[in-house]
Amino acid sequence: MSNAKELRASGATPLVEMKDISISFGGIKAVDHVSVDLYPGEVVGLLGHNGAGKSTLIKILSGAYQMDTGEIRVNGNKVEITNPRDARAHNIETIYQTLALADNLDAASNLFLGRELTTPFGLVDDSAMEAECRKIMHRLNPNFQKFSEPVSALSGGQRQSVAIARAVYFNAKILIMDEPTAALGPHETQMVAELIQQLKAQGIGIFLIDHDVNAVMELCDRASVMKNGQLVGTVDIDDVTDDDLLSMIILGKRPGVAAA
Amino acid sequence: MTETTSQPIPAQSKRGLFQQLELDMRLLGMIGAFVILCIGFNILTDGRFLTPRNIFNLTIQTVSVAIMATGMVFVIVTRNIDLSVGALLATCSAVMAVVQTEILPEMLGMGLNHPLTWILTIIVGLAVGTAIGAFQGWMVGFLTIPAFIVTLGGFLVWRNVAWYLTDGQTIGPLDANFLVFGGTSGTLGTTLSWAVGIVATVLALAALWNSRRAKQGHGFPVKPAWAEAVMAMIIAGSILGFVAILNAYQIPARRLKRMLEAQGETMPEGLVVGYGLPVSVLILIATAVVMTIVARRTRFGRYIFATGGNPDAAELSGINTRMLTVKIFALMGFLCALSAVVASARLANHSNDIGTLDELRVIAAAVIGGTALAGGFGTIYGAILGALIMQSLQSGMAMVGVDAPFQNIVVGTVLVAAVWIDIVYRKRLGAR
Repeated sequence: MSNAKELRASGATPLVEMKDISISFGGIKAVDHVSVDLYPGEVVGLLGHNGAGKSTLIKILSGAYQMDTGEIRVNGNKVEITNPRDARAHNIETIYQTLALADNLDAASNLFLGRELTTPFGLVDDSAMEAECRKIMHRLNPNFQKFSEPVSALSGGQRQSVAIARAVYFNAKILIMDEPTAALGPHETQMVAELIQQLKAQGIGIFLIDHDVNAVMELCDRASVMKNGQLVGTVDIDDVTDDDLLSMIILGKRPGVAAA
Repeated sequence: MTETTSQPIPAQSKRGLFQQLELDMRLLGMIGAFVILCIGFNILTDGRFLTPRNIFNLTIQTVSVAIMATGMVFVIVTRNIDLSVGALLATCSAVMAVVQTEILPEMLGMGLNHPLTWILTIIVGLAVGTAIGAFQGWMVGFLTIPAFIVTLGGFLVWRNVAWYLTDGQTIGPLDANFLVFGGTSGTLGTTLSWAVGIVATVLALAALWNSRRAKQGHGFPVKPAWAEAVMAMIIAGSILGFVAILNAYQIPARRLKRMLEAQGETMPEGLVVGYGLPVSVLILIATAVVMTIVARRTRFGRYIFATGGNPDAAELSGINTRMLTVKIFALMGFLCALSAVVASARLANHSNDIGTLDELRVIAAAVIGGTALAGGFGTIYGAILGALIMQSLQSGMAMVGVDAPFQNIVVGTVLVAAVWIDIVYRKRLGAR
């Protein structure tokens, strides 16, 4: 945790800066002039009620939506992200709340979806992909065995580990996790938490979207709270209690301001 | 990132016979239904159904619908539908009829039966089909008009474009070389058919061997050797048996005499010549092989199934699903044109009603073959088998003497029943 903090204090360039981002859907401002940033090896929690705009904000970064105004910088350079392929080109990987897996394909096909390994003839090399898939799944989730079945046959945790494997395998620098533990049991949640620590240690920056204040307190370095499409504020987790975070979510006020 | 060894693979437990063979149960069921159908008709027709002659005819009648059904699999797998294939076939057929009987021989002065006529005609036809398909795909993918509506419109438009192009007249006779693609007028003869059969067998067995080697190379479980051997024997037996049957259908003596006389020869007494593999069937087999490779071993195919399984996941994985839709419909258009070649060559002319109701036969073939309308599931061989079952049912009933209205009533009922059985099967399996 302290690493990221020192980096921030030393005035290093953030991994990602989203500046003054706005997007509207049919006249409703889903995200209203919001700015957030993320440093290497840091986990920034995005908190807020349903419809607060946190998922929308992050979908702009992952290329699923296009912002109306604002700018995105990666390593200090302004970038254009107009579709998911652009995001991937900047090493931004997303693990979606809705588990963006094709249910009818097996784990390896999902892991490599959009970036298949091919033979010299340009054909899809299923054996090579399955071998790579076995390697990485062994590291992330040693109990994983169902390699030849469609992922619809897998449990929530197994599916989540396929989604996480996808991000890890392709050397994500910036990882977006949209409620990664929502569909998981306690053991699997613990597994994801350990994985997040592992990824942090490798210098990966993570945006973690979550409802659960406790999870954010445990996993994150900083938290940005949103309400009604606007940023309530960004706080250092070490400086706040979970009650402070809750009041930010519910009342839409920063703790310091509330006290004054 | 730490390097780890590959995950240990558990020892194979004892499994059932079919699981050891790793045969697709649905495929087995369909083959079973097909066999029962054939035997049933054979009994009812006192052995006339399973003669080389009828099998030959059945095969060449199936080709046109089967070729289009392979493309329909991709369309339906991505949760779309194409109602315009029969009309598109008619437009392609009309264009090719005009090209080969008017434009090339008269306007360009190449004369009748010029050796280049057939190939130029087919190139034009395939280009037209692909372009129309791509245009419809663009409307579905980029203008986001539902495929049902785009192709329902296309159904009316292209049927009547065909009518307009030909003034509703039957155009014929077609170019002599072009007729080779129709079936009876274009077969390989016995020797060449055996050669093709043997080459095909060798290739199929080599593919089987390669896939086993690749699996072993990565240390994945493989089938027991005996199961692999049984599969190899089934494959070799089916290919060579099929060739043997088509070779056994002999060209009628009178027709043979005419053919020889046309070449300025006289027919020796007692000469017997078998038809062998029709060119149109070779086209279907080539289409089936290419489409299967596309479906299973190319990125394009992988993206088709991914998009069918979860369109959002495909889009978020960076797949350009709009362009994918254009490509799928363009491919469908290409296959319609290919079917138009076979269908018009088989009839030896272009008639105004060519391909009428084919859209429904094609969709039915794909669906009977196990393509799920909900998307994500479907196989090329299933669709072809589906087309074969439909055609067998229809011509079998005609041979038995079932009245025309009852024939269609039965086909309709079978379609609904087949899908119902499929739903029950999937539920049992717990797959969906």
